[in-house]
Amino acid sequence: MIPISAYLVVAAVLFGIGTVGVLTSRNLIIVFMSVELMLNAGNLVLIAFSRALNVLDGHVFVFLVLTVAAAEAAVGLAMLITLYRNRETVNIDRFDLLKW
Amino acid sequence: MIWPIASAELLPLFSYLYELLESTGLPQPWLAVVVYTFLAALVFGVLSLLALFLVWWERKIAAHIQQRFGPMRHGWHGWYQTIMDAVKLLQKEDIRVATRDKTVFFWAPVVCFVAAFLAYVTIPFGEGLIVADLNIGILYIMAVTTFTVISLLMAGWGSNNKYALLGGMRSAAQVVSYEVPMVASILVVVLFVGSLSMVDIVQAQAGGIWNWYIFRLPYGPIAFCTYIIAATAEANRTPFDIPEAEQELVAGFNVEYSGMKFAMFFLAEFVNAFTVSAIAVILFFGGWHGALLPSWMWFLGKTFGIVLLLMLFRWTYPRLRVDQLMEFSWKFLVPVTFANIIIAAWFKYAGWYW
Amino acid sequence: MTLDLVIFLISSVVAVFGATMMITQRNPIASVLFMILSLLAQAVLYIQLGALFMGAVLVIVYAGAILVLFLFVIMLLNLRGRESLGQPSPPISLTVKYALAVLFVLELIMVVKSSFSSDVFADAGNPGVMVMQTDNFGAVNDVAVLLFQRYLYPFELTSILLLVAIVGAVILAQRSRDDDGPVDAASSGESEGKAAE
Repeated sequence: MIPISAYLVVAAVLFGIGTVGVLTSRNLIIVFMSVELMLNAGNLVLIAFSRALNVLDGHVFVFLVLTVAAAEAAVGLAMLITLYRNRETVNIDRFDLLKW
Repeated sequence: MIWPIASAELLPLFSYLYELLESTGLPQPWLAVVVYTFLAALVFGVLSLLALFLVWWERKIAAHIQQRFGPMRHGWHGWYQTIMDAVKLLQKEDIRVATRDKTVFFWAPVVCFVAAFLAYVTIPFGEGLIVADLNIGILYIMAVTTFTVISLLMAGWGSNNKYALLGGMRSAAQVVSYEVPMVASILVVVLFVGSLSMVDIVQAQAGGIWNWYIFRLPYGPIAFCTYIIAATAEANRTPFDIPEAEQELVAGFNVEYSGMKFAMFFLAEFVNAFTVSAIAVILFFGGWHGALLPSWMWFLGKTFGIVLLLMLFRWTYPRLRVDQLMEFSWKFLVPVTFANIIIAAWFKYAGWYW
Repeated sequence: MTLDLVIFLISSVVAVFGATMMITQRNPIASVLFMILSLLAQAVLYIQLGALFMGAVLVIVYAGAILVLFLFVIMLLNLRGRESLGQPSPPISLTVKYALAVLFVLELIMVVKSSFSSDVFADAGNPGVMVMQTDNFGAVNDVAVLLFQRYLYPFELTSILLLVAIVGAVILAQRSRDDDGPVDAASSGESEGKAAE
């Protein structure tokens, strides 16, 4: 038997890697994927607690989070294309103007 | 603790092996691992033979449609021609482009091959001939077949060739678009069965030909037609084979592959064609149900019938253009399948089905 | 060492490995592929926790749609590693970034350490986490009943959210007709909105 805390540790590590990715990466696409990874770490926690407490509500929350992630990917990538078209770069440090 | 997800539905041969292993005193979870490894090898062997047969069959049909004979040299009507071809491909030099992306280029055929075979975990070849009857059966198949798209994109990118890249990107756009009508047509059947499990879907069509979902007027035939069109596109077969359109893209995503890697793509393509036909049989043609003959013969016979249909599509219809393909999916198939779901749901709600 | 534990260890190590490689790769394509690997391992963890349906949905949504979209965009913009990043970042921004990252890693180590040393979750139920044959936990029917009864309004709201996302993606990525740039950019917006479904 694996204790629930083992899954929580895995989720925490994944979340941490996601955060480090968001903070250190210069590539907008990798920043974006790190955000997705953090969402997934949250999902893993929801699923683990759902199992420990023997209720299914966690699964429904995961479902909703996945939908939000899909919407976010669609809009975010559209924004990325627009940004790349205007600035010819995906370096996140180059997007330092509010208007150009 | 009992680990196998479904050990009840296993073939007699398999249960004999299980007992034999049990007598050696191996502890339970490892026993299951050994038995499932054996089962995986068995399914792999059978499917490889089936795919080899399908290649030969396709060549014969193509030849006869074009008033040729096709392969005639090896055996009766060239029956072991594809075995010779496979041996030849094994011996061929593995040509690798210097500018390729090394790891991506290597893993693309592997992912394609594995994804093609993974679906067979939940496909029942006959009564009790199923590896594991998952309660998400059909959804599981949808999940594992998505890796085909990724492998095609990997092949396109890894080859570092503009034709390959175009083929990969076309296939991604195509498969993602046609997945929507495909799932929507499957939903009609799932709606009536009330379960995603493949065994439940087949059992719901027991008791005579009129219980098959293809004969549930009016939504059954519509769902089958939309499914078979979307499935042809999913399997990248000819009216929808723009990812590898020979005349415009040389050979599309697999243009830089040779030898065994090419053979893996080629086999995976035929295994995919067999998969979509098997799903069509399970959903609409009563799976293994039939009179007199053993159940697996009925299943294989019906599946070969659908494969024949796909092959006739391939050799009689011209290829669609990219924009026509997309418009067909989004402006025709998607509205039709959604309307079909609403009709079916109304029938279910009103209790008009039999 | 039970089979449960072996599966858990392998899949969690693969998940963490994939995530680490994802943030360290130079080539965005490799990064997306490692993300897919990590997600697959996470789906295995889901299935181990009895969430068969959610595991399949995770694979379909991520591997089948979101990450394909990422691959598509990367190939479309032809982003290859370093050259697409342009000039180097200003030093102040880099310092702040790495300082924050180090702080966060320290915090993470504290979290992991405390969860190994304390027994907070030890008596929070702790049922078997492996899917068992007779165990119907996480079956599709139960999730569906919950989703369409208690959580019906959130569910409907997400469908509206998706619709808004489709429209937003199309409008954002669309370029005006008289603008003569690469032709493929305009069509990409369309396929994005579609893939988001």
